[in-house]
Amino acid sequence: MLAAQILINALVLGCLYACIAIGFSLVWGVLNVINLIHGSFIVLGAYLAWGLYQSLHISPWYSLAVAAPLFFVFGYVIQRLILNRVITAPVLVTLTLTFGLDLILNNAMIYYFKADYRKLTLTPPMGSVSIFDVVVPVDRLIATVAALALTFVLYLILRRLRVGRAIVAVRLDRDAAILMGVKVNSIYAIAFGLGAALAGCAGVLMALIFPISPLTSTAYLGKAFVVCVLGGLGSVSGALAGGILLALIEGVGSAMIGPAHATTLSFVLLIVFLILRPQGLLGRKGFE
Amino acid sequence: MTRANLILLALIACIAALPLFGGAYTLRLGTIACMYAIMALSWNVVGGFAGYPSFATAAFFGLGAYIGGVLLARGMPLAAAIPIAGVGSFLVAGLLGAALLRLRGHYFAIASLSLIEVFRELVNNATDLTGGGMGLNIPLAASAGVMADATFFFYLMWGVLLVTAVAVIAVSMSKLGFGMSCIMQNETAANMVGLNTTLYKSIAFGLSACFVGAAGGVYAAWVHYIDPSDVFDILYSVKPIVMALIGGLGSPLGVTIGAFVYLGLEEVVWRNYIQIHSGVLGVLIVLLLLFLPHGLTSLRGWRLWGRAKNV
Repeated sequence: MLAAQILINALVLGCLYACIAIGFSLVWGVLNVINLIHGSFIVLGAYLAWGLYQSLHISPWYSLAVAAPLFFVFGYVIQRLILNRVITAPVLVTLTLTFGLDLILNNAMIYYFKADYRKLTLTPPMGSVSIFDVVVPVDRLIATVAALALTFVLYLILRRLRVGRAIVAVRLDRDAAILMGVKVNSIYAIAFGLGAALAGCAGVLMALIFPISPLTSTAYLGKAFVVCVLGGLGSVSGALAGGILLALIEGVGSAMIGPAHATTLSFVLLIVFLILRPQGLLGRKGFE
Repeated sequence: MTRANLILLALIACIAALPLFGGAYTLRLGTIACMYAIMALSWNVVGGFAGYPSFATAAFFGLGAYIGGVLLARGMPLAAAIPIAGVGSFLVAGLLGAALLRLRGHYFAIASLSLIEVFRELVNNATDLTGGGMGLNIPLAASAGVMADATFFFYLMWGVLLVTAVAVIAVSMSKLGFGMSCIMQNETAANMVGLNTTLYKSIAFGLSACFVGAAGGVYAAWVHYIDPSDVFDILYSVKPIVMALIGGLGSPLGVTIGAFVYLGLEEVVWRNYIQIHSGVLGVLIVLLLLFLPHGLTSLRGWRLWGRAKNV
């Protein structure tokens, strides 16, 4: 039964990890920027859900609808005004720039919300279901379904919408996309906005499950790194595979060698993967 | 030896006179200034000469601090612990570098960032050896008063800085430095003409870790208490990059001046806006990258940046 519980936990957590990482993966794949603000976006989304629930008693499920457009605009503006100016610079510059932006956002959050850990507690609590001795909390289950739904929405956007096809085109070959009449700058901004919106929504879902504090942003960012590298960049299925794999490794690792070593294990795996299979599980070779 | 390198050595010699002028606070600032200069000069070897965007400085600073700290706590004298911290960091970095430096661009950046996380977690969990999250207390050496201690650690850090500067200048003038700049300009071509790029890159990575590790050891002895979240702080990785960007990438004199300028700014912000100091640092980074992407001594850096467009 322990094995079944670990497996179910990994599936549930894995979908959430995928949701955390997918916006990060989109930005990395399309803009070729390692977006270090991603973790702080997630925490900000969590604060949004918490604030709406505390003050107006709006359920986090509805907060998703508020977070998505809000964060999209936020990300769009940041890309247009700041990031776009250095978009062709080497990784050193773009990475350091997003680190600087992250410092600002994170400091602002510490200033306004304080570093205290908070928790969004639904009243009444939703309880948990158990099937054949495998216990899953209901709120976590719903969050997982919502995370899957968000991932699927992104998939649909990239597959069906004109703008989505343009995003994919820019990722595959920027110069060819320009020649086809795609406005690259606006696609960059939209992709970054989408990434931010996904981060915000992921944050809303995280608020249901994990404690909220500005200090947790680096942990989310670390998860996004590992998921992207494990699963391979730039594909929705890759992020899902990476998320579930990471959750499985953490679950099995915690059970076998203790929870203290789970993070170490995941980062060691990240480095091993980078060296041996930098394209990830589902990525294509030479596809950066 | 170029004029810029001579100026650098003269500058470092001038700093040695600091204890004549200031009290304990000035010496504290001076010690940190030396530490930052060591970090910036070291990062410059791998980031400026070889062109690899390393974010691993904090990993080796922490590694050196813990090697030094653990040895000191076990009763080893300072004169042995600091060199061991430096050499240990060199070896670890060189070996890791042989594997990690096969990655390029974004992947290398991510891997070097993750290195901090791995080291921090390892130290966090090796409670028996390092004290884990409780931190590590390093016993006070027989103390001769506040001023004597401050002067002693200032000169210790200054000594490491001097060794670093001499080593970096020697590298920049040698075949090794030439090979590194070949790697930065076009690694494939460098490989084709028979340069052992793996060896050169590993040495560059090792050198960038060596002096930072030694500085970490001095830092541990100086502050008497270290804990993983303190010494494995990712800011220690980003600060040297900011300093190098302020001063102009690639030039030892530039990055050293960048380190001092940065320290000045940081100290002003710390003293006046403690609540928002990291936010102000963020604003500084953003402004610097947007409006002064080539640093203060930028004419040479301009060409270097132009080449590195497709890293």
